Amino acid sequence: MNTKQSSIAPQRDANSEGNYYSEKSNRSKPGMNERIQRLRQLTVDTEPSLSIERALIETEFYKENYGKYSIPVLRALNYLEICKKKTIYLGDDELIVGERGEKPKAVPTFPELTCHSVEDLHVLNTRDLQRYTISQEDIDTYEREVIPYWQGRTQRERIFNHVPEEWKAAYEAGLFTEFMEQRAPGHTTLDGKIYQMGLNDFKARIAEEIDRLDFMNDIEATDKLEQLKAMDISCDATILFAARHADLAEELAAKENNEKRKAELLKIAEVCRWVPANAPRTFWEAIQMYWFVHLGTVTELNGWDAMNPGHFDQHLAPFFEKESAEGTLTRDEAKELLSCFWIKVNNHPAPPKVGITARESGTYNDFTNINIGGVTANGLDGVNEVSYIMLEIIEDLHILQPGSSIHVSSKTPDRFLKEGCKVIRQGHGYPSVFNPDIYIQELLRQGKSLKDAREGGCSGCIEVGAFGKEAYLLTGYLNVPKILEVTLNNGIDPVTGKKAGIETGDPRDFTSYEELYEAFVKQLNFVVDQKVRVSNYIDQMFAKYAPAPFLSVVIDDCISKGKDYYNGGPRYNTNYIQCTGLGTVTDSLSVLKHHVFEKNTFNMDKILTAVAKDFEGEEILRQTILNNTPFFGNDDPYADTIALGVYADLLTAIDGKPNTKGEQFYLNMLSTTCHVYFGKVMGATPNGRLAGKSISDGTSPSHGADTHGPSAVVKSLTKLDQTMSGGTLLNLRFLPSLLKRDQDIAKLSQLIRSYFALGGHHVQFNIVDTATLYAAQQNPDDYKDLLVRMAGYSDYFNDMNADLQQEVIDRTENESF
Amino acid sequence: MSNSLIFDIKRYAINDGPGIRLTIFFKGCPLSCVWCHNPESISPQTQKMYSKQKCIGAQKCIEVCPNDALQLTPDGVITDWDKCAVCGKCAEVCPTKAIEISGEQMDINQLLKTIESESLFFDQSGGGVTFSGGEPLMHYKTLLELLEKCGQRHIHRVVDTSLFSRSEIVKQVAEKTELFLVDLKHMDDEKHKKYTGVSNQLILKNIQLLSDLGSDFWIRIPLIEGINADEENIKASAEFLSKLKWPSKLVNLLPYHDIGKNKHLKLGSTYDGEGMHEPSAELIERCIQIFKNNGIEAIVGG
Repeated sequence: MNTKQSSIAPQRDANSEGNYYSEKSNRSKPGMNERIQRLRQLTVDTEPSLSIERALIETEFYKENYGKYSIPVLRALNYLEICKKKTIYLGDDELIVGERGEKPKAVPTFPELTCHSVEDLHVLNTRDLQRYTISQEDIDTYEREVIPYWQGRTQRERIFNHVPEEWKAAYEAGLFTEFMEQRAPGHTTLDGKIYQMGLNDFKARIAEEIDRLDFMNDIEATDKLEQLKAMDISCDATILFAARHADLAEELAAKENNEKRKAELLKIAEVCRWVPANAPRTFWEAIQMYWFVHLGTVTELNGWDAMNPGHFDQHLAPFFEKESAEGTLTRDEAKELLSCFWIKVNNHPAPPKVGITARESGTYNDFTNINIGGVTANGLDGVNEVSYIMLEIIEDLHILQPGSSIHVSSKTPDRFLKEGCKVIRQGHGYPSVFNPDIYIQELLRQGKSLKDAREGGCSGCIEVGAFGKEAYLLTGYLNVPKILEVTLNNGIDPVTGKKAGIETGDPRDFTSYEELYEAFVKQLNFVVDQKVRVSNYIDQMFAKYAPAPFLSVVIDDCISKGKDYYNGGPRYNTNYIQCTGLGTVTDSLSVLKHHVFEKNTFNMDKILTAVAKDFEGEEILRQTILNNTPFFGNDDPYADTIALGVYADLLTAIDGKPNTKGEQFYLNMLSTTCHVYFGKVMGATPNGRLAGKSISDGTSPSHGADTHGPSAVVKSLTKLDQTMSGGTLLNLRFLPSLLKRDQDIAKLSQLIRSYFALGGHHVQFNIVDTATLYAAQQNPDDYKDLLVRMAGYSDYFNDMNADLQQEVIDRTENESF
Repeated sequence: MSNSLIFDIKRYAINDGPGIRLTIFFKGCPLSCVWCHNPESISPQTQKMYSKQKCIGAQKCIEVCPNDALQLTPDGVITDWDKCAVCGKCAEVCPTKAIEISGEQMDINQLLKTIESESLFFDQSGGGVTFSGGEPLMHYKTLLELLEKCGQRHIHRVVDTSLFSRSEIVKQVAEKTELFLVDLKHMDDEKHKKYTGVSNQLILKNIQLLSDLGSDFWIRIPLIEGINADEENIKASAEFLSKLKWPSKLVNLLPYHDIGKNKHLKLGSTYDGEGMHEPSAELIERCIQIFKNNGIEAIVGG
């Protein structure tokens, strides 16, 4: 067995990381005690690296075994092989154990989906942003052992060999992105069942289902048998993985001289022998249970947004309350264990993509999003003491991962919301704030049962799902302003001069706004159809070649259906298309409607010519547009009506398109950082936005377009019926100096309540001041801790490229605070 | 229906009374405080404001000016005030809004509609509408009508005033107002006259009147080192207030800053910040203590 212990934690003072928010700068080190401080220091200081171990084990296994088993069983045995052979890590100070790589922040590759080239590995090792280190020796090994086998065999090659030309043209123009070309479908979140059932209980259920198979009458029975066998193997694999941690802990305990640590190691061993095989009995075991399940799913495949415990506070509360009453667990002990867990999540940066350039790359964040607060399955207030402990930890540790969100229903106490706002004030970029009263309606509209809807929540950025029972796949972002751009150029992408859509007529010939808008909608439907067609094909590829037996164990009703997570096994199967740039497209249409068709300020040729030359020599025209057009986000009925129309037509184009599991596509209004990439592939737009600048994010107004303060933004946004989308996104930015006093916090919380009462789904806040951001650009080393929130996630300012940094700076500052 | 000249409407106002508010700024003020942050609030007429930073030299304003009052110079567009009739044509055509007209005639229905559009925020936060200025009591006819109609709609009403007004008017307004924000600038009458242009006698009398009427108010003191932040004046203020009865017993200290400078530039007026300084944190703390010693809570901001 390979074992490895961590090096001694770095000795540098935690404060030297540069905590930029002055109120905290004189505080003690981040972390509640020395153990947590050391673990935090290690996770902050460790540079992400690539681990080739998983790829080596897998390649060896595939060479030997491909073709010998059904695909599900092959996948399960492959996972078992990794669990058997991978290096086990157990670091100093740790209480919660387990790493996906050989050490913290070591990220494996998944060549079965997409295989990094030697050049990719060099780029990852040397680029300035989101670097992943890898040694030359490992690159050589990869070139020799891994790459040759996977050439022509990866999922990505399978996909790209079979897409139509129209799709390729639209994809290359940047009309949409495709999520599943490099990572498996994900965004998966768990419900509470793993706290009531151990993997042995799941194995018993699998055995029952196997017994029940009807080979005479069910033509799929053999497929189901293979799938169920695979699930069973994957349970064994996860239990074995845990047992290896127990072995190592005992080994280390035998050598340990410090009695306290020796006892901890023996306790770790005891915990790892009990979970995940059996249902957890204690708070400690419950956290470790989740963590092994988490690790299993992210080792088996690289699903988007890693894995997510969902309503973790609600799941842990019964353990906390029981042990608190018995006197076997203090609040501080619970907080320490949870802090250990928090740091574990931060040890897991997102797996890097291939063929990547810094401009497309986003972040180390893998989008685990802990839901705190909210409502229970019975519709009662879900806030409990663990919720408050979590808020303390977020404020205390302020690390990139996990992301966190507070869920504020009409039943949520003000105390919880205000405590959440106090953490928001710190400017670490989280928690974001969600409204269960609205997202439960979103889930009900999609046909979930009331109980399943209430147990649902938000994962990744802002997308909603029924936790533990649904595969809700984000299939890619739709560049809505680009669709207008292509429409204004009669099907041609003006950036490349190539055909990207269909011919809908020369807009110079249009005699009314309605004619223009009709052309836009036609173009929109064409692009969405391309996207849906290929997404459905990719879904089938995953069902066939990359099933996820272990993930299927923990998602209802994969076991009872005998079907994989990617093959319609879950109770609910949803595909989302995420539409980006509502503000940009609304404002552009508003300019054309108002100035060209109504006021005759200028004609179509004038504006299209100005747009084509990026407004060069047309600053007066551009300023006229910027300062004299009704824009979205100002509670202005003129612009808001246009936004409502676009929203309705997005819904018509997407909602109800069939997916491969007999269910359907739904609209989503998320952007993450894709609005920056989408802006890059676009020329100027009629709303005065210059070529290459980012488009608006989520459902937020265009940058600088909202000039009437946050209440006007909120009113514009809630004219959209947000329950029709699987998520909307609103970014608001506030200066920290304006959130100093308790009454400021109260008013921030009232703004949130107001937005939610009006029907808002989500809001998040950037609490930063411009001077800090400029200073951070000048002296990045002094601002290592500077976390900013952008469009659905948090990232370190220093890890963002210049465009993203500029965007953060450009966002409207709400001076009224 | 009465019209009033409004120079600004601020949504999501969080420093003008309890909760989230909408603040309506009436144009025109009987005082002319040397430190005024909103100098455009003083004149009861529409005014032209020009921002050189925003000007890109499009010269459309010069083309449309019917009185030939504008001229482009290296210092931007210059107005010949003898010729300018403040007709606003220049502002209409300015592509960057470098020229803006301060002051818009608005009728009560327009104002009510705007106020009501924010009612959800009021309900959620215990906020409401704040009438500010300038001096809202200069527009008392409109103000009384608005207060009446807001009252009928259960909207919480705040009036932000200098109280430099006839006591009869103050009395009428007090009947329809939940909370006053009252400026107390200086206790020394001579200095009050010097820095604000008017005597403080009427103001102090009206504060006493509000107290006698049982009205609630927050006292606001613009804290300016070199003008009124000295121990003597703060003590005098605290002693005066300590003798009054009023429910809130709250003082908002508004530390001085000189952002008003930019607005003076835009108006073409001069600003003399000589001798006025931002109070130090220690000084603010001392002031808070003085009020506390007199049984009054003082906080920074409002």
